[in-house]
Amino acid sequence: MAERVLMKGNEAIAEAAIRAGCRHYFGYPITPQTEIAAYMAKKMPKIGGVFLQAESEVASINMVYGAAAAGARVMTSSSSPGISLMGEGLSYIAGSDVPAFVVNVQRGGPGLGGIQPSQSDYFQATRGGGHGDYHMIVLAPASVQEMASLTVKGFNLADKYSMISMILADGTIGQMMEPISFEDVEVEHYDKPWALTGTECKRKHNIVNSLYLQPEILERKNVERYEKYKVVEENEVLYETYMMDDADYCVVAFGIAARVAKNAVVAARAEGIKAGLIRPITLWPFPKKVLRDAADQVKSFISVELNMGQMIDDIRLATECRRPVTLCNRVGGMIPSPAQVLQSIREAAKGGN
Amino acid sequence: MEHKRVTLFAGHYGSGKTNIAVNYALYLRSLGKEVAVADLDIVNPYFRTKDSEDDLAAAGIRLISPQFANSNVDLPALPAEAYGLVENRGAYAIMDIGGDDRGAYALGRYVPYLKEENDYQMAFVANPYRPLTATPQEALEVMREIEEAGHLPFTAIVNNANLGPETTAKTVLDALPYLAELSAISGLPVWMTTAEETVAAELQGKVENLLPMRLQKKYFDLPEQRRAPPPRPLFG
Repeated sequence: MAERVLMKGNEAIAEAAIRAGCRHYFGYPITPQTEIAAYMAKKMPKIGGVFLQAESEVASINMVYGAAAAGARVMTSSSSPGISLMGEGLSYIAGSDVPAFVVNVQRGGPGLGGIQPSQSDYFQATRGGGHGDYHMIVLAPASVQEMASLTVKGFNLADKYSMISMILADGTIGQMMEPISFEDVEVEHYDKPWALTGTECKRKHNIVNSLYLQPEILERKNVERYEKYKVVEENEVLYETYMMDDADYCVVAFGIAARVAKNAVVAARAEGIKAGLIRPITLWPFPKKVLRDAADQVKSFISVELNMGQMIDDIRLATECRRPVTLCNRVGGMIPSPAQVLQSIREAAKGGN
Repeated sequence: MEHKRVTLFAGHYGSGKTNIAVNYALYLRSLGKEVAVADLDIVNPYFRTKDSEDDLAAAGIRLISPQFANSNVDLPALPAEAYGLVENRGAYAIMDIGGDDRGAYALGRYVPYLKEENDYQMAFVANPYRPLTATPQEALEVMREIEEAGHLPFTAIVNNANLGPETTAKTVLDALPYLAELSAISGLPVWMTTAEETVAAELQGKVENLLPMRLQKKYFDLPEQRRAPPPRPLFG
């Protein structure tokens, strides 16, 4: 294979997963992420891995749960309605503290919605997705290269903290093609002494379970899990800043919206408006500190999202409502144009402080 | 370069069929031919011929798209008017086939007419920089799968070696040995080489039968990916 290759975002996830050591893929097709399954179907049999098209998303996520409990590097992928179906399984995996890697290439909702790109599963992903108190590490790529690198990162983080990590992408990034390379793949290995690998009568058997009969023990488990989350929040926050050094107006956007916003920031600068961009790469843990610091510098924030305003809540919380936050959005599979974002920046500038 | 009455572009998904179909149609039109394009992609609901509807209409090229193209309806429906293109032999017809063997299933119903007229080019679009067709042998495998599904043998190869916005003349030239081998093992000629117009300008005289292509600007192109001089500064 040439050093640089031209790939779709979805393919990049699949290839990166294989390079990260994933040999177990379970899934069910849904637009706009089916290329992940198609790529796995083609490649896994050739390298001794497992590709299995399950009868449903519910089955897929439970197969992931089983393989994860056995200590395998395992993944599934779907798009919005399919992720909703997986909600129960995600919660069981979180409640059992086993690592798994999940991809959501979002499409417009709610309900069956549409097949065009969206970011309207932000709440679902950053708040856990299923029932109960838990979090997933949520990674938001903004390029095909990041689809690959954050997939490797996602597997590493899942194993490191024994929890679910999720790529939260959208239809456009899944479908678009860009040249990428896989040179930066660094696979980390973590011991899994809890894994169900067979005792061979040499050790006490392991149990993977999310059911606790004693409420005292269940409470302790929840508290311990949140101690772990605190460590994740301290160590694993990722974000990019762009032209923020002297910015008066801060655009906040992730994924495909950040690409549009970047063009708008450049256009605003050309008009003499000091705009900048903060792009969260981890949506959970959310980059609270950089936003809190920015609130002491800028006059206002503009949240650019492909939903009715979800991340905007996290911006307000992170900035403790010190500055106004306005919303610039499109929904239902539509995407804001750079001109629309530029107009929002102009309006913010007109509002002054 | 030889132009058949009907040209079909098929190949691995993401190999560049749609861009080539649109630009080849514009080229034929520039020669004064009457041209129509049919979007027969039943696989991918994103990034399709319909995105170029305005450019084609401005050039006086008819576009036949499935009823649901670019909507939220994910149905593998074929446009009824596509039959007219095959049966009505007055105009040049270009057919944009969906990727891989799954896309080629759409082709079967037109094959009896195409074979009877016997004035078609079935072109395999090859891009060696796509990982699943990284070797000529893998490309040949895809070629055979498409022929089996579409019931129509390929007659030529299109060299569309590219790395998207990073493509240079070297990108295309480095791919020539791959194309030569694919041509040798398939027994098919390399009919033309396609490249984005600024790259094609550098390739003049170095590669035969060159089709310069104008590629659509996308809303998600980053400042540093645009071919025009990028706005400054790029990164803070």
